[in-house]
Amino acid sequence: MKWTLAIAIFAATIVLVIISWFQSGALERRRISSADTPDEAVRLLLSRVKSHNWDAAYAQLANSSYVDKDNFIHTFSGDDGSLRTYASLENYDVWPLHSNGRVATVRTKLHYSTAVGPLDDVRDMQVEHEGDAWKVLWSTAALPKLAPQVIPVNYLRWDVINRGAADDWGVQNVDSPRVRIVSMNAVQRPDRIVIVGEIVNEDTVPAYVDVNATLLHADGTAITQENSFDKISHILLPKQVSPYRVDFPGYRLTQIKSVRMDAKSMLVPASADPVIEVTGQKLQKDALGKMVLSGNLVNESGAIVNIPHVLASYYDSNGKVIWVSDGYVDQALLPQTPVSFAVDLPDDIASQAHTYHVVVNSFVNQAS
Amino acid sequence: MRTVITWLLCSLAAAMPAAAAELHAPKDIAAGTDFAITVNGDSHGTFYLIGPATAEKRSVENGSEISVPGTDTEKAGNYQAILCSDECVSAEFYVHAAEADRLSLLVHPSRVPVATTNAISAVAIALDRFHNIVFSHAQVDFSVNSSNGSSASHAQPTNRGIAWIRLTSAAKASSTKISAAVGETTETRVVEQVASEACNLHIKSYWEANHLVVQTDPVRDCSGNNVPDGTVVSFTKTDSSGKTTVDAPIKKGIAKAEMPVVGHARISVASGVVLGNELNVGGAR
Repeated sequence: MKWTLAIAIFAATIVLVIISWFQSGALERRRISSADTPDEAVRLLLSRVKSHNWDAAYAQLANSSYVDKDNFIHTFSGDDGSLRTYASLENYDVWPLHSNGRVATVRTKLHYSTAVGPLDDVRDMQVEHEGDAWKVLWSTAALPKLAPQVIPVNYLRWDVINRGAADDWGVQNVDSPRVRIVSMNAVQRPDRIVIVGEIVNEDTVPAYVDVNATLLHADGTAITQENSFDKISHILLPKQVSPYRVDFPGYRLTQIKSVRMDAKSMLVPASADPVIEVTGQKLQKDALGKMVLSGNLVNESGAIVNIPHVLASYYDSNGKVIWVSDGYVDQALLPQTPVSFAVDLPDDIASQAHTYHVVVNSFVNQAS
Repeated sequence: MRTVITWLLCSLAAAMPAAAAELHAPKDIAAGTDFAITVNGDSHGTFYLIGPATAEKRSVENGSEISVPGTDTEKAGNYQAILCSDECVSAEFYVHAAEADRLSLLVHPSRVPVATTNAISAVAIALDRFHNIVFSHAQVDFSVNSSNGSSASHAQPTNRGIAWIRLTSAAKASSTKISAAVGETTETRVVEQVASEACNLHIKSYWEANHLVVQTDPVRDCSGNNVPDGTVVSFTKTDSSGKTTVDAPIKKGIAKAEMPVVGHARISVASGVVLGNELNVGGAR
């Protein structure tokens, strides 16, 4: 009995080691240790990136002598507290675009697993034939670097003195900010009901807002309730407008009679900075042929914005909100440095979208 | 003979309660004051005191009265005193609130647009030192002190423990302290009288390096008050490179944004639901 248990544990350990070896992409690396085709070269590079074997991945580059190793590593592992520092490369798709026998272009779709959910990154990589193997020609576009300077910021901030635990009975708090849902639209999608709209802070102080929606039967009883979660800009400065979106997966509009909306607001300390400019906004098709709203984010303050979150609302020709989409940007926003973004929207919605409005949430890590 | 003895014993038993002790409590007792319940008869036994927030049990010895400390009657309301020895006897009494010593002041709203009639309500509830509402007559002195130096006051008697006033907000934006005082106690709340919606939102532009700087004139409401700093003003520029938006907070009375311009551009401005003027500007310099 004693030997049986020991053998079973030993066998299980061997099985787990083999599984982890397969999981780490070692089999693939072994199979394509010498890249005979352009896409094999890219796969080999990405498998080494996935296993964080930076030295081997760097050695795989055709132009490694021109590529700064730290920059190369930061491309995948992130820096400045960006979302990519909280992400790992989960998987990738690779397909060749064209090749002339010496130089080829390979398109990759990198699937990252991040702290806020999956994130995809599409890149076109140049690959060149060197000796008897293909190697990746890494793009060495230099990142714009800001000259040392002082950026004056008139720091504007609200702090709140709340009712204390030791206060006597009847000592009232400061009123919650006055917020209002200015539009609401229930949209039927193939697999869900989506409630979209906008909320405005009508007060003169910042508000932390959240929108709840309840689907109701004809007799007024609730079917289910959801909230906007991260599909909203939670901190609203005075007179600021935010889009919101509440999803009800698995429900159809025919099942419900009405929707009850509930906007909750709370008085919170907040800062009016940083101001983020959204430039070059355009509705266009991306490299994969999907409709996206793209543009650039420019951080106008002097501090780094670690994780930008873009929210876009789309309006039809009557000014009604017909869709809200969002996306996290995996690069940090350095001062005055444009960073591109793209948020997708369904093709059928894109054909109706007459105009749009973009707002940016900024998450700043105080320690960075 | 046996029937006569039985009848006598029954009569004696029936007469026993009449001979037991009787309790007499004072009619008018203020919360937290010491008092005594007089006992006619034998006061030996167990004394119970049951009130709105207390229930007490103790043994008492022979005497003509039972003393009740003020700590046992801090909450106003109906009380029942019970004395049990062989039989139980009881008395009921009412404890009312003591002198007004505290105030609960509810002022609403915390922020109010300027020049709004009866927009502020201040409600003061008079309480004694044990948090009982004082239903008897008390005078509450309301006073209003604005940060720009003006002040006003008004005395208002309580009605069933509550005194209230309604106020019209001032024409000028300022921070106002509303106080209510009763006896030695004063409670204060702060109400911000804030500018209304922006009025005549107007932008102008000038070139700085290769960027177009767009800034508002001082943003004021229709009464001439500065809209508070931090209020978001949205600038939207449309040119051949696409659309550019900046949500800039007002700082020191104006909002400002810097934008690159390619070719001809149209720039508009809005704050909340208020729209401003539009600018048409030429290409980059």
